[in-house]
Amino acid sequence: MQAQLTATDIACRRGERLLFRGLSFECAPGEALHVTGANGIGKSSLIRIIAGLLRPFAGNVESTGTMGLVDERLALDENMPLGKALGFWQELDGCCSPANAFAILQLEPLLDVPVRFLSTGQRKRAALARLLNRGCQIWLLDEPLNGLDDQTSRNFEALVALHCGGGGIAVVASHQRIALPGATVVAIEEYAA
Amino acid sequence: MSAALNLLRRDLGLLMPGGSGGSVLPLLFFLAVAMLYPFAVGPDAQLLARTGGGIIWIAALLAAILPLERLVKDDLEAGVFDQFALRGISEELAMAMRLVAHWMAFAPLLLLATFPAAALLGLQGETTRTLLLGLLAGTPGLAAVGLAVAALSATMRGGAALAGLMVIPLAVPILIFGAGALARPGPSALLLTAAISLGLCAVAPFAAGAALRAAREN
Repeated sequence: MQAQLTATDIACRRGERLLFRGLSFECAPGEALHVTGANGIGKSSLIRIIAGLLRPFAGNVESTGTMGLVDERLALDENMPLGKALGFWQELDGCCSPANAFAILQLEPLLDVPVRFLSTGQRKRAALARLLNRGCQIWLLDEPLNGLDDQTSRNFEALVALHCGGGGIAVVASHQRIALPGATVVAIEEYAA
Repeated sequence: MSAALNLLRRDLGLLMPGGSGGSVLPLLFFLAVAMLYPFAVGPDAQLLARTGGGIIWIAALLAAILPLERLVKDDLEAGVFDQFALRGISEELAMAMRLVAHWMAFAPLLLLATFPAAALLGLQGETTRTLLLGLLAGTPGLAAVGLAVAALSATMRGGAALAGLMVIPLAVPILIFGAGALARPGPSALLLTAAISLGLCAVAPFAAGAALRAAREN
């Protein structure tokens, strides 16, 4: 089954404010989407709408394929060692060889460290490892470069390129510069209400 | 099905005493009430035997409130339920598993502690038996009310204190029939307690699941 992601004319309202409207895009397999915009303009809300976690005020999103989300919330048990906390998700996702992702993201030395002691960048790497180990078709990434050092950022860009090369879709919301070759840029300012 | 078992295993690991979110505090609290009551009302054995069962019920109800603060809030803030949703695991299933884990984390220990508590209050064997059966029938309902309230109050500031207050009126029917069984012979009050418990257990995962979904919108 090929991944597919289509958003038609979506609008987003948070509280009393209409953040954006009339936003449409279409992603074929292998395509990446870079969502840009200043803080508070609705990048994260757009990601959550695509993920189905937030109802759009208008319009609709259609998707085929499994979705994985990496946002600022880690969803790992703070008191557990990282390896054990990730282990729960590996079992849930039916992942049999998690070690490769740990090697790519240099997480091996951290597996015995309780999650609450990890730095911002290490937490981000842990969340990315869970995403890699799930092997899903549509990646939804909210500010994935936050806290990552230069080397890991480059590695991450390569990972996204590989994912899209294999027929996956990536939607990356980031105000930072991020190298996504061939990505369609969606600037939310253009749709601001 | 295997996803449900995974969820249950994780929840048990978190909520059981010795787990990262669990504690023996409700148990100690429960025993402390049974221990303090004779000091407060005096060593009148007849009075203790007549009122002890009701005090144990109140202690059980209050002990069931103690674990509510961390029952849903931490996972909601950490985005665990969002990750579940992306994997097609409904909030209702997650809450049903949490209900089972929550009950298993506090009720069996409470039932065990009822023996020393009954001894401290000098309850008769027959009364202790009715008390145990009543608690067995009533604690699932207490857990269900607690879970629904914990999910509803998870996004509120000071939600834990509010949760405690919200559980008390909702738990009154269980208390009336559960403690009432001690005063009346025959199984009817126990059966009514069990019926209320079952009803609450059936509704709670849906109420809690809806509360989690509503929490995403704000």
